[in-house]
Formats: sequence, structure tokens, C-alpha cells
Amino acid sequence: MLDVNVEKTLGTFSVTARFEASAGVTALFGPSGAGKTTVVNMIAGLLTPDRGSIRLDKMVMFDADAKINLPPYRRGIGYVFQEGRLFPHLSVRQNLDYGRRMSGQPHDTDEFARIVALLDIGPLLDRRPRLLSGGERQRVAIGRALLTRPRLLLLDEPLASLDVGHKREILPHLIRLRDEAKVPMVYVSHIAAELRLIATKVARLEAGRVTAVGDLDLLKDVDAFA
Amino acid sequence: MFGLSPAEWIAVELSLRIAIVATVVALPFGIAIGWVLARKEFWGKTLLDGIVYLPLVLPPVVTGYLLLISFGRRGPIGAFLADYLGIVFSFRWTGAALSCGIMGFPLMVRPIRLALEAIDRRLEDAGATLGASPLRVFLTITFPLALPGIIAGAVLCFARALGEFGATITFVSNIPGETQTISAAIYSLLQVPDGEAAAGRLVIIAVVIALAALIASEWFARRAGMRFQGE
Repeated sequence: MLDVNVEKTLGTFSVTARFEASAGVTALFGPSGAGKTTVVNMIAGLLTPDRGSIRLDKMVMFDADAKINLPPYRRGIGYVFQEGRLFPHLSVRQNLDYGRRMSGQPHDTDEFARIVALLDIGPLLDRRPRLLSGGERQRVAIGRALLTRPRLLLLDEPLASLDVGHKREILPHLIRLRDEAKVPMVYVSHIAAELRLIATKVARLEAGRVTAVGDLDLLKDVDAFA
Repeated sequence: MFGLSPAEWIAVELSLRIAIVATVVALPFGIAIGWVLARKEFWGKTLLDGIVYLPLVLPPVVTGYLLLISFGRRGPIGAFLADYLGIVFSFRWTGAALSCGIMGFPLMVRPIRLALEAIDRRLEDAGATLGASPLRVFLTITFPLALPGIIAGAVLCFARALGEFGATITFVSNIPGETQTISAAIYSLLQVPDGEAAAGRLVIIAVVIALAALIASEWFARRAGMRFQGE
């Protein structure tokens, strides 16, 4: 259970976000420039809110009043970025293994094999990220985040940089992830059609404000924000 | 080999030792300063920037003189280091390494800084969300990605150190076997009536070493760069 209640001013733009996300996929839905990435960056710890608090399963990630601000590497939150952000100097296997190496956990070959199979990235393991297609890169990025065993997975427009064919390639994997992996997810997108397939709950963000929180009906009246 | 006399060999060996020590000791400082200049905004940054590049624009004799009055036996820093740590620079090869390192430092910092500035910071953020502390992010992402620039900086510093003359001869003089590098030896040989043949041999050695350093750096940089291109 994620409980977000934050405020942040960036220049002339301000974001005030208040919502909860529990098991399943919470969509953060809104037009470009609504502040969606700002919100997930605050949840991940890459951006510090001015006010408010962020809690995950009763654990305080951030609390302005209590002056608590866990750094990103201690939050246990996975993050799949729009552009994948695979490490270019490491192979796919090393990218996938990065989180485990950093936390000093022992090898878990079963878990590794399970994620590799779930995302169908076995044949890519010894390649360099540069040689992957956009869709392959994004699947590896999802696997890399999952292998840190996150308590929460943030996905920021994970399909935005992909063409239609590659979108169709990723979505079934994400749906399987939702149904099998049981990791709560916050899924950022401005495309309603995409969210209808994956989301279980919707928070609508417009001009830096959460204007509505509810179920998939919130996606009815809009097809896509520009 | 090459018809060098023992004294000339000593100059060659001394030059290499001084240049290598200067580069190796300067490298951690070069990476740290390059990182600070690439990443941090603070009051006095322009001043730090200026001080780092000063040896590049000052006459080397001036740099050598400044080293002499600060790191010499009676200089404030030199006296402190000699009394408390037993480190003596004046008229020793260590002093030559110090002046060579300082002369090469701007050339080292520049490519390192540029390489660090070119790194996509978002990759470092990704590392943090995967559980890497800032130090580990630096060691596993920043450093390997900046490696071609770090190698280039080290090689430039090495080459500068190898050829350094003005600051070194001003600071630690021209003592055979202690501070007489290839450059200083060539200078001395050209002052005596029949020294030209020996000077010529050292000139050839200097050219060979410089070329070897360039080729080695190309090779290292290409290898480091290749890791991003895939196999």
C-alpha cells in the first residue's frame, strides 16, 4: 500500500498530488506536462518534495515534518523509465544482475530464470543494450527492475518510445506481470486505451493536481490526452 | 642498445619514472577535481577553474619559481612536509615529479571533466533506483563510462610530464642522476662542444616514447569505447 501526499514547486509549475495505490496497477493518467513524471520521481526518491509525506507499507519514505528522506537506493522501489536506461557498458545479463550485485544478495538462479522466461529475454542475455530493439530494451529494463524484488514498481510511460508493433509485444508481458508477480505497480501514461488493458485503478492528474481517483470508468470520457 | 651511455640511460629511466609517478599520483586528484568542476556549482568555482588551468598559461619558469618558494626547504609547505612527514621535494626527483604533475594537471583534468559532463546523469539515477549507493554508482557507472576520457587525460599528463623542462629545472635544477630528465640532459649536452651526437640519440628516444604513449592511449581508448558498441 502506497500513500502519497506531496507538494512540489518547480519554477512556476507546482504539483500537488494525493492518492493511494494498493495491490494491482494504479494508473497515473493525464496529459503531457501534467506532472506525472514529477510525481513518480518523488515516489522513487529522485526528487525531493517541498511538503508532505510518502509511505509504503507503513514505512516512511519521506516526511517533510519529521525530516525523513530515504535516498532512492534504500527505498526498495523499482523504476522502469520511458527510455529504458540500460547501462551501455554492461551486457543484458549484467544489467539484469546489477541490482542483486549492489544489494549483495546471493544468486537466485530460479528467480532469474523465472523473470527471464516471463519477459522472454533468454536469447538476449549476452548482447549489449545498443544492439537491442526498443521493445527488447524495455523488456530488459522491466526485468532489471523486477529482479531487485521491489515492493513497488513504477513504470513511467514504458511504451511511449515504442512503435505499435513493439507496444503489442510488451503489453501482454505487463499484464502477466500484474497477474503473476503480485508486485503493486504505478503506471504512468497519457493513453487511455493502453491503461484500459492494464490498470485496476486510476488517478487522474491535470495541471499538477490530482483531479479524480477511482476505477476504470475514469478513462471512459477521454481517449487520450495530447 | 641505441648506443646510449650509462649516464644517458639514467636520464631516460629517470624521465620515465618521474612521468609515471607524476601521472599516477595526479590521477585521483584529476578525477576528483574533474568531477567537482563537471558536477558541482559553488561559490569560487571560477577561481578553482582558473587555478587548475594556471600552469597551462603561466610561463613554466614562473610555475617553477612559485613551487620553489612554497615547496622548497624554506618554503611554508616544503618546510612543513619535511619536518612532519619527512617528504622532501627540493633538488630531488620527487620534486621533479611534483612540478611535472602540476604542469600536466590541466591537460589531465580537461578530458576527464568533459567525459564526466557527457555522461547521461539519468543512468546514474537508474543505478540509484536499483539499490546502488552514490559511491557504488560512481564506481560501477560513472567511472567506467568516463574511462576513455580518464585514459586520455592520463596520457596527456604523462606526455606533458615527460617533456617538462622549464618548471622542473627552475624548481629542482639539473642534477644528473637525480633531476636530470631527457629534456634537461639534451639541454646540457647542447651546451658542450661535442654533445650533439648524444643529444641526437636522446631526441630519438624522446620521439619513440612519445609515439608509444600515443599509440597505447589510442588502443586503450578504443578498447574502452568498444565496450559500448557491443561485440
